[in-house]
Amino acid sequence: MEHPETHVHIVPYRILIRVWLLLLLLTAVLVATTRLMHEALSVWAMLIITPLKAGLVLFFFMHLKYEKPYLRALVFLTFGLLTIFIGMLFFDILRR
Amino acid sequence: MSSPAATPPLVHRESHKDYEGSKLGMWLFLFTEIILFGGLFILYSAYRARYPLEFHEAGQHLNVVIGVANTIILLTSSLTVAFAITAIQKGARTICLCCLSATIVLGAAFLVNKYIEWSGEIGHGLYPNSPVLMQRPHGDQIFFGLYYSMTGLHGLHVFAGIAVLSIMLGLVAGKRITSADFSKLENGGLYWHLVDVIWIFLLPLFYLAA
Repeated sequence: MEHPETHVHIVPYRILIRVWLLLLLLTAVLVATTRLMHEALSVWAMLIITPLKAGLVLFFFMHLKYEKPYLRALVFLTFGLLTIFIGMLFFDILRR
Repeated sequence: MSSPAATPPLVHRESHKDYEGSKLGMWLFLFTEIILFGGLFILYSAYRARYPLEFHEAGQHLNVVIGVANTIILLTSSLTVAFAITAIQKGARTICLCCLSATIVLGAAFLVNKYIEWSGEIGHGLYPNSPVLMQRPHGDQIFFGLYYSMTGLHGLHVFAGIAVLSIMLGLVAGKRITSADFSKLENGGLYWHLVDVIWIFLLPLFYLAA
């Protein structure tokens, strides 16, 4: 016998469409900035917009917003670990 | 030999489904994928810091139009797979089947674009150990080595994602995935979204950094 899945949050279609439109808009801004603007500005655009886009996919499409806090904490831990590694790498490069 | 009376009573396992456990297991697998690609991103960062001019110049040989088109394709395919999950949760099986089919078609379109893109670059002699590339600076050779390994590994993931979603399509069609039991589809969707997240990072590193 099957039981309905408990504690499930159904994400409405309209929220998914809004997130998708926002992702397309951010992609357009990113491409426009890197094509037209000064290099320093485009690096900043990449550093801000890219994690923002990834966050939108993780939180809404991958339902992380509606998951229990421990799962969100595990995801942050994984990405945080990677950020620390990349930070250590650049610290090493700059101090060489 | 133990007597039949000593064996534990049979439990009806098929009724036990650990929804949260299966999702946690999927996320743990995704963490290994994040670390796998993360290692390659660290490698890219280290070489980019070492050869900034060469990476900048070599990136200009890539096709930005195809890179951006593939981004739009993958973002849209993420939307359709998210739609498929919402649809099955609401019991709308036909919508779910249509959205899953659309996702598979979009995934295939991504791979076709990748084929066209790589064919163009290989046609210009830009592939690892090619005579053209061997005459170029060392930084260019490393850029294209990283480009082919990272987008190639990502392409393999797209291929695997298409295979997983095709199985899910069959399970939904055969009513093995229903509004009462959809964790397989949800986990398949998580895999597909992660492939999208990785591409979101690959786009600026290779196509927009020139």
